[in-house]
Amino acid sequence: MTQQPILELKNVSAAYGRIKAIKDISLKVYPGEVVSIIGANGAGKSTTLMSISCVLPITGGEILYDGVRIDGTAPDLLPARGLCQVPEGRRIFPRLTVEENLDMGAFFRKDKAGILHDMNRVFQLFPILQERRRQHGGTLSGGEQQMLAMGRALMSRPRLLLLDEPSLGLAPLIVQQIFRIIREINESDGVTVVLVEQNANLALQASNRGYVLETGNVIMEDDAQALLANPDIRKAYLGE
Amino acid sequence: MTIPASRKLWLGYAVAMLWLYVLLWPLIGIKPEGLEFATSTEIWAKLAVVSAILLALWQLKQRGVFDFVSRPAQAASQVFTKAADRVPTWIWLVFVLAGALVFPFLTERYAHDVAISVLVYICLGLGLNVVVGMAGLLDLGYIAFYGVGAYTYALLSVHFGLSFWLCLPLAGAFAAVAGCIIGYPTLRMRGDYLAIVTLGFGEIVRIVLNNWMSLTNGPNGILGIKAPGVYWWQDGKVEHIWLGSLEQLYYVILGLAVCTVVAVYRINNSRIGRAFEAVREDQTAAELMGVNTLGIKLLAYAMGAIFGGLAGAFFASRMRFVSPESFTFIESAMVLAMVVLGGMGSIPGVILGALALIALPEIFRGFELYRMFVFGGVMAMMMLFRPKGLWPAKRMGVRSEEKD
Repeated sequence: MTQQPILELKNVSAAYGRIKAIKDISLKVYPGEVVSIIGANGAGKSTTLMSISCVLPITGGEILYDGVRIDGTAPDLLPARGLCQVPEGRRIFPRLTVEENLDMGAFFRKDKAGILHDMNRVFQLFPILQERRRQHGGTLSGGEQQMLAMGRALMSRPRLLLLDEPSLGLAPLIVQQIFRIIREINESDGVTVVLVEQNANLALQASNRGYVLETGNVIMEDDAQALLANPDIRKAYLGE
Repeated sequence: MTIPASRKLWLGYAVAMLWLYVLLWPLIGIKPEGLEFATSTEIWAKLAVVSAILLALWQLKQRGVFDFVSRPAQAASQVFTKAADRVPTWIWLVFVLAGALVFPFLTERYAHDVAISVLVYICLGLGLNVVVGMAGLLDLGYIAFYGVGAYTYALLSVHFGLSFWLCLPLAGAFAAVAGCIIGYPTLRMRGDYLAIVTLGFGEIVRIVLNNWMSLTNGPNGILGIKAPGVYWWQDGKVEHIWLGSLEQLYYVILGLAVCTVVAVYRINNSRIGRAFEAVREDQTAAELMGVNTLGIKLLAYAMGAIFGGLAGAFFASRMRFVSPESFTFIESAMVLAMVVLGGMGSIPGVILGALALIALPEIFRGFELYRMFVFGGVMAMMMLFRPKGLWPAKRMGVRSEEKD
């Protein structure tokens, strides 16, 4: 591809205190793609996303978004530039209503008509949220909370959406629904998606390309189909 | 109730009474003249009998012995609540406000004094409510801003003769600046650490006031502060008068309290207020949604400080005297207790809390000796039976429905 990547990590390292969580990670994401990052527990997947969102300061390397370095900027400035994350464990605001949660996603925006339009789009994607819009976020089921977290992120009109473990702790049927919607966001709204998953099979099926992380290093990158067919990957991550 | 459950209950009662005696006797029975058992045993026996009777009554109630009384009473209260619900909120507000306006005509001096205290604490409680209830930042040094406001007006009035009304916004502004200065380094901390650091800063402010002799006159305080003045129609012409009497001051603080209530209500229902809540609920998530968390926390801190500063300026003008003694930690704890007792984040709750903690001890002056004892007991009871406060906040659901 000759296109400029929307997101590029060049030799990024990050650490929690003295424990290095990711070492020299390089990856590229092109506009319009769905890229998944798979790996076992503690491989550094969530750390990578937190570094991209600038919540965790990196100790080395560069992060480029739209060709501009973003590492070291304040995390709260990124949603306005179209980079938004759905954090692991959903982290919705339990005592705000569904509607207010969604409105928080558009916190930096001032265009009321646009916000209303986007809220309707979210309700179209997740009809259950419309039914529950007066309820407190904390009273929703796990699947509904995941939908709310995704809807909240979509309210910032992201161009690049980072999804951290969207299938965590959800029933298989709900997981399928979530992944269907991830595809729809990507295809009809043109949002580039970076997907972090332990459920490698599902993630790769929904993606164009994938990176495999192990103990803080990228050990493989390939087309999703090729990774799915790779015997090593099948053995290590797909349980065969 | 079954027999084993009943036996368990009475066993618990016996253990509790034994424990009570173990606690009570050293308090009352150990004297310089020697050990004494009679008084403590007598008090203990009285308490034991009363609680046994209460327990027995409760047990009978559980069995339904009093149903013939409680059923109709419950039905009546339900009817009453339903009828009360049908009256729109603004009518209640008008009633409360009208009551507050005619209050000085129906009561005498002492009541005015208490009412002024209550209103000052309502302002303080509502200000702290922005910080603690809405933004979830535990602030144990809130009274520092009250002090800053009070000294701002005191110094400007004594040295420059500036009027109260001019100093009121200045006091708020100085308190906000103080809030930012204290908040900027501390608000990066979370939870317990924040509480400890704010406690420290609160004490620093008091100690500075106590020791900066050349500016604040130290522990001697500042005398000769002017009351608020207004131009008023008197004897057929407009004249400048001082609002020195208690009724006049009552109306000043009532106005200030109403402004505070309106301001806090508006903050509560604004997007900024929601951002406060988002930061309280989940700071990282709020950050990921584009909320500048440090900025929002500073804003909450400064807003809370403003209300403290305004109340402080009034306090100085009402007392005509300020000294560091009025701004000790116990005052901070008192205001915090009001917020927690009334219900965090709830405006009527905080008002109720201020009423309960200021007015009730005045009414029960006769039991002054036991005030702290009762205070502790009531707090423990509240945490057990109404952990969310007297009038818990429920704004989320309510407000969304109002939008329709």
